[in-house]
Amino acid sequence: MVTVEDYVARIDGTCGKDKDIIVIFKYDKKDEAVAKILKKAKVEKSISGVILELTFKSVSFRLYGTGKAIFRNLKDKSELQNVLIDLLL
Amino acid sequence: MLDPYKIREDFPILKRKINNYPLIYFDNAATSQKPRQVIEAIKNFYENHNANVHRAIHTLSQEASELYENAHEEVARFINASGMEEIIFVRGTTEAINLVAYAWGLHNLKKSDEVLVSLMEHHSNIVPWELLSKINGFNVKYVNVNSDGTLNYEDFENKISNKTKIVCVSHVSNVSGVVNDVERLAKVAHEHGALILVDGAQSVPHLTVDVKNLDVDFLAFSGHKMLGPTGIGVLYGKREILEKMEPFHGGGEMIREVSFNPTTKRCFITWNDLPWKFEAGTPNIGGGIGLMEAVKYLKKIGMENVQSHECMLTKYALQHMQEFQKIRIYGPKDASVKCGIIPFGVDDLSSHDVALFLDNYGIMVRSGFHCAQPLHEIFKLKSSARVSFYVYNVCEEIDRFIEVLKEIE
Repeated sequence: MVTVEDYVARIDGTCGKDKDIIVIFKYDKKDEAVAKILKKAKVEKSISGVILELTFKSVSFRLYGTGKAIFRNLKDKSELQNVLIDLLL
Repeated sequence: MLDPYKIREDFPILKRKINNYPLIYFDNAATSQKPRQVIEAIKNFYENHNANVHRAIHTLSQEASELYENAHEEVARFINASGMEEIIFVRGTTEAINLVAYAWGLHNLKKSDEVLVSLMEHHSNIVPWELLSKINGFNVKYVNVNSDGTLNYEDFENKISNKTKIVCVSHVSNVSGVVNDVERLAKVAHEHGALILVDGAQSVPHLTVDVKNLDVDFLAFSGHKMLGPTGIGVLYGKREILEKMEPFHGGGEMIREVSFNPTTKRCFITWNDLPWKFEAGTPNIGGGIGLMEAVKYLKKIGMENVQSHECMLTKYALQHMQEFQKIRIYGPKDASVKCGIIPFGVDDLSSHDVALFLDNYGIMVRSGFHCAQPLHEIFKLKSSARVSFYVYNVCEEIDRFIEVLKEIE
């Protein structure tokens, strides 16, 4: 069975008051992950085609072609896990 | 003059491509890349001389001990210390500062005392003092930083008093690159009977640092930021102060004698000579040897050349970065008061966005607080992106960086 962990290499939290969560996709799965996310999320804005500002349900996040994503304003990592399940599986 | 193109040939990693673009490494304030001379020295040690130091009389142990001691001597000469007795090898700057906090502060700081720390410090020069104050009950006072990122010397002179027992300040800010006048701070500290501990993590790799001229009591720095390996750093301390201090960690190497007394049923312990008194357990021998090679490499280039090259790069980058409408440069914009580091932001983007945008083009920069949240609060910033240069960086890399920044605009 495919899981979120099959796509995600690391999840890092930034320090400070705004606790952004950075998701780094596995190198060999990043293209697949990005393609899956782009199928489900709505592109709100593109910055030079490198940074994509996306929304999915009520969650806004930024996706990078290098296989990384930054999620903001999520309560915690369990909320992130649910979002990733919906986006990737 | 320094030839960065020739220097680049010594750094294998600079041949790498990231996302199909040539690697541009502008995160030198976090850690530097390693020349093949350092890599080879470590490899040579493990392939030919590996043994524990100061333990055995066999040939390999003698060779390893000699190399490890030579490393201390090389570092001592590099910062003009009186001898290797004043050079303690630790894991890095953080451990060096913690060593002073616990081996000196724990025994010398009382409830009525004060420790004076600047607000531009890396967390590693704040947290140990706050932690220790919870044990000893002394007060930690903070010296303000001006809105341009320079130290407020007036505030320092107002806050220092005879209650102050130690002043803890960075030589160069890891966020803004501002160079503090350590000689002036040391003079004032000593006039008040206080010691001065200098975080040299961002100065020793980039400037000529002479502990005698600066008259500092302690200087902490890391090997990995000066072309050496990770896991090795240095605490310099004036010999007379180190001799009076209690050890930090206990174990092998740092003792001369551990003898069980049948009457008291306790062990009687005497300490080893400096610097070994502070180097408990088997040390990072390979790391020390790598650091020695890094020091030799920097000495060969000449620290004046290192400094002038970085100053030229900083001026060049500042001049071009200021041409952008959406780019905000934090801290001083005058390259002569700073040292190879430029913190910046791009309107409407977080520092992480900027770092990941640049990463897409193979350009490595730092984003976040850089472990210096109080200074970001002074700058009224949530975080910042940071470029930092070293001996192998060239103007063409800055041109490429500027070209990529234009794409964000």
